[in-house]
Amino acid sequence: MKETRTDIMGMPITVEIAEPFATENDLRSVFDYLGAVDARFSPFKTDSEVSRINRGELKGTDYSPEMKTVLKLAEETKEDTNGYFDILRPDGKMNPSGLVKGWAIFEAAENLRVAGFQNFYINAGGDIEARGMNYSGQPWRLGIENPFKVEETVRVVHLTDRGIATSGTARRGDHIYDPHDPKQKLSEIVSISVVGPNVYEADRFATAVFAMGRAGIEFLEQEPGLEGYMIDKDGMATMTSGFNEYTHD
Amino acid sequence: MKKLLLSFFTIIAFAFYAINSKMIGGPAVTADNIVNDQASSSEPVLVPTVKKTQSSPIITQPAQPHGQYKDGSYVGDPADAFYGTVQVKAVVSGGQLADVQFLNYPQDRSRSVSISNRAMPQLTQEAISAQSAQVDTVSGATATSGAFVQSLASALAQAKN
Repeated sequence: MKETRTDIMGMPITVEIAEPFATENDLRSVFDYLGAVDARFSPFKTDSEVSRINRGELKGTDYSPEMKTVLKLAEETKEDTNGYFDILRPDGKMNPSGLVKGWAIFEAAENLRVAGFQNFYINAGGDIEARGMNYSGQPWRLGIENPFKVEETVRVVHLTDRGIATSGTARRGDHIYDPHDPKQKLSEIVSISVVGPNVYEADRFATAVFAMGRAGIEFLEQEPGLEGYMIDKDGMATMTSGFNEYTHD
Repeated sequence: MKKLLLSFFTIIAFAFYAINSKMIGGPAVTADNIVNDQASSSEPVLVPTVKKTQSSPIITQPAQPHGQYKDGSYVGDPADAFYGTVQVKAVVSGGQLADVQFLNYPQDRSRSVSISNRAMPQLTQEAISAQSAQVDTVSGATATSGAFVQSLASALAQAKN
């Protein structure tokens, strides 16, 4: 059973449960949960908890349990990434979106697991939690998008009980610019995909590692439990030494 | 580069199509006549500055009747791309879309602080190539293109004659 919605979190979200007893209600529960997370954490919704905090309307003691959890995770991630991940913006306001997405997908997956499902994936805007097997009884086959031609796949990873997140400039506007302005330049890395024990881990590191440029893949190589596939502006990919664990059938 | 520009131009083209399809009696702009229509191009629109020796691909204008849009600059509505706001400015010249500039783009995942001068370890490298294998689903960078099209569409709506 599979469904895609595009009206939550400003991105396409697909849920597929490869089990015969999955119902539409089970799928809907995922979308409802992610919608609630969006309502609480979106900095672009004026009445979200994040917006209210950014306007100084809430004391720390009044933060919701979910907010306290996310803030704690953000602080940990900042330490784990040597400051490359930081939800605080230069203007003093916070935007935890870089962490909330992976966290929310993971929580939604846990909800499905508690409901009894072992074989499913949740894909929100390209960040994926993959549990168990697909309908063919094989690990889920997840394509890594070609950042230069987004309808193409450049690598396939076979994941079971893992998460993958991709950070990059592929769908950005970076490459549209005035040809007469020589100050414009392409960023070195156009995409980096991180495979981790779950999508929360993959996502929080993908966010930070992309900001490290070429050194990001080295960071991943040193982190146990994380593998990466980085693509540069010339279409050369660099992968961590354990990445190929995931590319075999 | 060419392919990326073409992808983005296709997104702009889709925005054109979306706008045009609402106009009674207006011609529809299809992806076909945008990508392949070299003959009626006026000036190159989106040209990357590539540092390598490859020649700059020229992206041609969609075939538009003259005067489809009024000349000028039009700022689109800000659109939510989850990680931030996308807002574009469309520049119309000669009745056609001449340039699209980003006034606002999500910053949170894009700080490119690169640590240079570090020797890369001996990690496996490969040139990327398209795979034909079937997949269950795809991991890609967050699709902010929806916000781009939204903001551009609102800019072009202001530019309509």
